[in-house]
Amino acid sequence: MSADTTGLPEALAEVVTDFHEMPESQRLALLLEFSTGLPALPQKYADHPELLEPVPECQSPIFVVVDVEGQGPDAAVRLAFSAPPEAPTTRGFAGILAEGLDGATAQEVLDVPNDLPGRLALTDLVSPLRLGGMAGMLGRIKRQTREKAGLGA
Amino acid sequence: MPVPHDDDPAFAEYADPSRLVSTQWLADHLGTPGLVVVESDEDVLLYETGHIPGAVKVDWHTELNDRVTRDYVDGEGFARLMSAKGISRDDTIVVYGDKSNWWAAYAMWVFELFGHEDVRLLDGGRALWQAQGRPMTTDKPAVEPTDYPVVQRHDETIRAFKEDVLGHLGKPMVDVRSPQEYTGERTHMPDYPEEGALRGGHIPGARSVPWARAANEDGTFRSRAELEAIYQQEQGLEPGDDVVAYCRIGERSSHTWFVLTYLLGFEQVRNYDGSWTEWGNAVRVPIVRGETPGEVPSSRGGRA
Repeated sequence: MSADTTGLPEALAEVVTDFHEMPESQRLALLLEFSTGLPALPQKYADHPELLEPVPECQSPIFVVVDVEGQGPDAAVRLAFSAPPEAPTTRGFAGILAEGLDGATAQEVLDVPNDLPGRLALTDLVSPLRLGGMAGMLGRIKRQTREKAGLGA
Repeated sequence: MPVPHDDDPAFAEYADPSRLVSTQWLADHLGTPGLVVVESDEDVLLYETGHIPGAVKVDWHTELNDRVTRDYVDGEGFARLMSAKGISRDDTIVVYGDKSNWWAAYAMWVFELFGHEDVRLLDGGRALWQAQGRPMTTDKPAVEPTDYPVVQRHDETIRAFKEDVLGHLGKPMVDVRSPQEYTGERTHMPDYPEEGALRGGHIPGARSVPWARAANEDGTFRSRAELEAIYQQEQGLEPGDDVVAYCRIGERSSHTWFVLTYLLGFEQVRNYDGSWTEWGNAVRVPIVRGETPGEVPSSRGGRA
């Protein structure tokens, strides 16, 4: 099955394509690369963990916070995550979102289709709960983006 | 050549001390011919971040389960898996994993469905090994494929299906999920996402004994006296009882199956792997909500 990148900003489309082009036996290794590549939490949030939003849809403790530079649909969105090293799968999904959406515009983030987790060609390799966890992260990122960019309900 | 057992005096009190090894024993025996170390985790990437030197990974999701039907692999599939992991039929397997060995116990239980004789658990699992600062590596071990025989899976002795559980109503049953799942307040344990069970609650007559009561803070098993106090004195179970244990998909109840069978010497313990994701979705099966085991409906006393 070829990669469905409809509605995805360029960086995220590249990630989805990369997963599809990888043989199945290598896809978890790619997810691990995103896991180890997840940027560290910026100091301002490391000092104030209460500013982070938990994602209870995930099986492992993970927190996400969105910064929007300015207001409106063209404002740039910055993402930050906190997840422990004992939770590499959860970190991997966070790493995909960081790689694919950090720096995108608010409108691009809001336009990401909610079925993104199902497009990564990982459905047979991880449990449905994991993909549901990624959907939970995406939903929370979108809500924070909408609020912080002043794009209404 | 048989791999010696861990004669750690801490294990001597258990019904079958040969089923456990300590982290020290494993550290001393790594590389022994005939010993294969298997890691099985809830998080399917954890092994890749670092594992006990020489250990192979068994992925519960893609390797123990059939990819299409909700069932385990068959005899041919198991033989292929064991061969690919470099495991021979007479090898000693030591399993360890994350989450206090839930998935390790689950893998062990599946290995037992195929009658692999010598399977042991690493007491304390992955977390204890790491906490003690013992070596971890990301080097994949060199594996020589083996000639593992095709053996039929035997589900009769330690596995229960929904029909078996319907016929078992009124006999000893242990629900090992969290109290919130038992009462019906939640369909998955606290801090985990709610998941697709259409009804919350428990199987009538099942007693609530959350699996974690059998574990110490460091993930090792509690002493025999402590375990007897929980399962025998408090819950009134007897080693001769016919017991069914269940949870959500059968992984946490594998931990309890191990405790009852090998640490307390119960003779007939079956794991109902369909568990709540089957029972909580099944049509017209009896369910009880709230904190008490509840009554078994009289019309359901026999095989339905």
